[in-house]
Amino acid sequence: MDIAPTASATPTKSPPGGPAEKPGGSANRPGDRIFLGLSKGSGITLLVIMAAIAVFLTWRTLVALAENEGNFLTTFEWNANADPPVFGIAVLAYGTIVSSIIAMVLAVPVAVGIALFISHYAPRRLAASLGYVVDLLAAVPSIIYGLWGALFLVPHLTGLYEWLDQFFGWTGIFSYDSGAPRSLFTVGILLAIMILPIVSNVSREVFKQSPKMQEEAALALGATRWEVIKMAVLPFGRSGVISASMLGLGRALGETMAVATVLSPNFLINASLLNHGGGTFAQNIAAGFKEAGDIGRDALIASGLVLFVITLLVNGAARLIIARRKEYSGANA
Amino acid sequence: MKLQPTNRLRAIAVGAAVVSGALVLTACGSDDNTGGSNGESSPKAASNIACDGEGNLLASGSSAQKNAMDIWVKNYQAACEGVEINYKPTGSGAGIQEFLQGKTGFAGSDSALKEDEVEQSKQVCEGGQGINLPMVGGPVAVGYNLSGVDDLTLDAETIAKIFDSKITKWDDPAIKKLNPDADLPSTKIQAFHRSDESGTTDNFTEYLHAAAPDAWKYEPAKAWAGEGGQSADGSSGVATNVKNNDGAIGYFELSYATGNGIPTVKLDTGAPEPVEATVENATKAIAAGKVVGEGNDLAMELDYATKAEGAYPIVLVTYEIVCDKGNNKESLGLTKSFLTYTASEEGQSALADAGYAPIPDEIIAKVRTTIDSLS
Repeated sequence: MDIAPTASATPTKSPPGGPAEKPGGSANRPGDRIFLGLSKGSGITLLVIMAAIAVFLTWRTLVALAENEGNFLTTFEWNANADPPVFGIAVLAYGTIVSSIIAMVLAVPVAVGIALFISHYAPRRLAASLGYVVDLLAAVPSIIYGLWGALFLVPHLTGLYEWLDQFFGWTGIFSYDSGAPRSLFTVGILLAIMILPIVSNVSREVFKQSPKMQEEAALALGATRWEVIKMAVLPFGRSGVISASMLGLGRALGETMAVATVLSPNFLINASLLNHGGGTFAQNIAAGFKEAGDIGRDALIASGLVLFVITLLVNGAARLIIARRKEYSGANA
Repeated sequence: MKLQPTNRLRAIAVGAAVVSGALVLTACGSDDNTGGSNGESSPKAASNIACDGEGNLLASGSSAQKNAMDIWVKNYQAACEGVEINYKPTGSGAGIQEFLQGKTGFAGSDSALKEDEVEQSKQVCEGGQGINLPMVGGPVAVGYNLSGVDDLTLDAETIAKIFDSKITKWDDPAIKKLNPDADLPSTKIQAFHRSDESGTTDNFTEYLHAAAPDAWKYEPAKAWAGEGGQSADGSSGVATNVKNNDGAIGYFELSYATGNGIPTVKLDTGAPEPVEATVENATKAIAAGKVVGEGNDLAMELDYATKAEGAYPIVLVTYEIVCDKGNNKESLGLTKSFLTYTASEEGQSALADAGYAPIPDEIIAKVRTTIDSLS
């Protein structure tokens, strides 16, 4: 599979060392050179932009941290406009990560199910329209999800919350006092719906590309459709599903308006996921930016830097996982 | 063969229905925006507004006075041709920031300039400094949602305890004492406050601090300090949540209460009769305050603990912030003429329709003199 494109791309000279790595290095036609320059330029531009963002965030963060009277990592408070300013990101980091994890746990199995159904089970016509419907979810603006969440989802979750409290309240995680269910758990459910399309869409594309030969061979050996999926499709698609999940996780980590509309933010960490409390980086920035003074703004930017770092770590971790499972995948080779 | 055309027809019909439905909906939307004050104000307005200057005037700041600005800008632009006034409701903090960077002609703010901001303003205002002109008043209503109760009186201490989670049931003796006739259920109280920092919270907590210092021990601030309760983003978020939850109580500008049909609490201020949250009562309370700014500065100190008859003490005064001297020469004429209009009798009376309170006569007279002297 790998040989075909390389062979056609090298016209006369065939450099012996690392043929697949840098075919562009031997460009000598004008078209090749222009394209090389363009793509190199784009790549460098991206790096410069990222570096500029990182420098800006770091600089403003240092300004804010110099003024901070609290501990930036452990203080459960956000009074950046007070004099002296006191702020810490503990609650925000907890809320961001916990709500995103809930979203992943709820969304990924469903999304993989949808993707498998569309790619391997559904009749073609149904599959196409179902795919469109799922993709349409991605086109709904997040504020609409927020309004839907606040006006429809929240009032209808009370029953589920009471049920969870009754049977799982002893865990502490699912104890529920009362009041409108506007907690991190609700945010997690909402985020799950929001990341569903991106995860299922990418997984579907990956599953569709699983090698037909292997599937047919397995069928020929007498495997059922589920066994084919288990042996040929899922192992092939695993790294793709992981990448898709990470894309979804990226969206969940940064979601702002929907969270701000649904959550009842509060600067305390509640052991129970169902009770009020918590907050997320993006939601806090949206809530605090309008009335922030100089230091307040820099403090919000500092929290943004932490989100930036968390996102980088998540992406790095995803890359590591994918690299380790590379042998399964043709797409990432 | 016969199936396909009918299918297509049906699809077209559905599509047409959707499109026309969308058109009807958007048409309604734009009607709502432009309707209302359009008919009555523009012909009248043309006679009284003294136009001066042309081009663009940029301003930004408090979102609490956005609806007032919308009305004023529309009336002013209808009367004066070739002028465009652009007020961005970015929030007081951002508004002051932009003003201090010299980007805007004036800033709208829920709170007066702080000392260091006045210092900074001297760099923008050549030979002068930033001053506060009180322009819009607004009652902050305490709205509630309690089935079977449509008339509720509370005093500052009870409100403070409710919002600090010290009183948690609606049939608490303290509430019963103030409402002997009401049939109070034992529903749990859900108190809603703002999750974002806001001038509304600032004024509300100023009131609690001034009128019930024992029950409300926190310093008044833009960020919420009380214990417990739920929070929501913006006045609209708080109002929506109060509307949707039985047993809820929250605070927001009066217009959000009237707009959502939420009943508001009458305040037992110590006056002979409990005071209702209305535009007139808010103006009476603003009149009980006094101007504390020096020179041209008209920053106000409100008397939140007032016991004057019919004075509703939870009020928000928003300022327009300009330079007393050294305004940007290009926009000076336009700024002066626009603010002259907003401070005029006509401009102030246009406020009441939108749920805002006009500034009392004595103070607005000073504002007018100050606007005349801007240079």
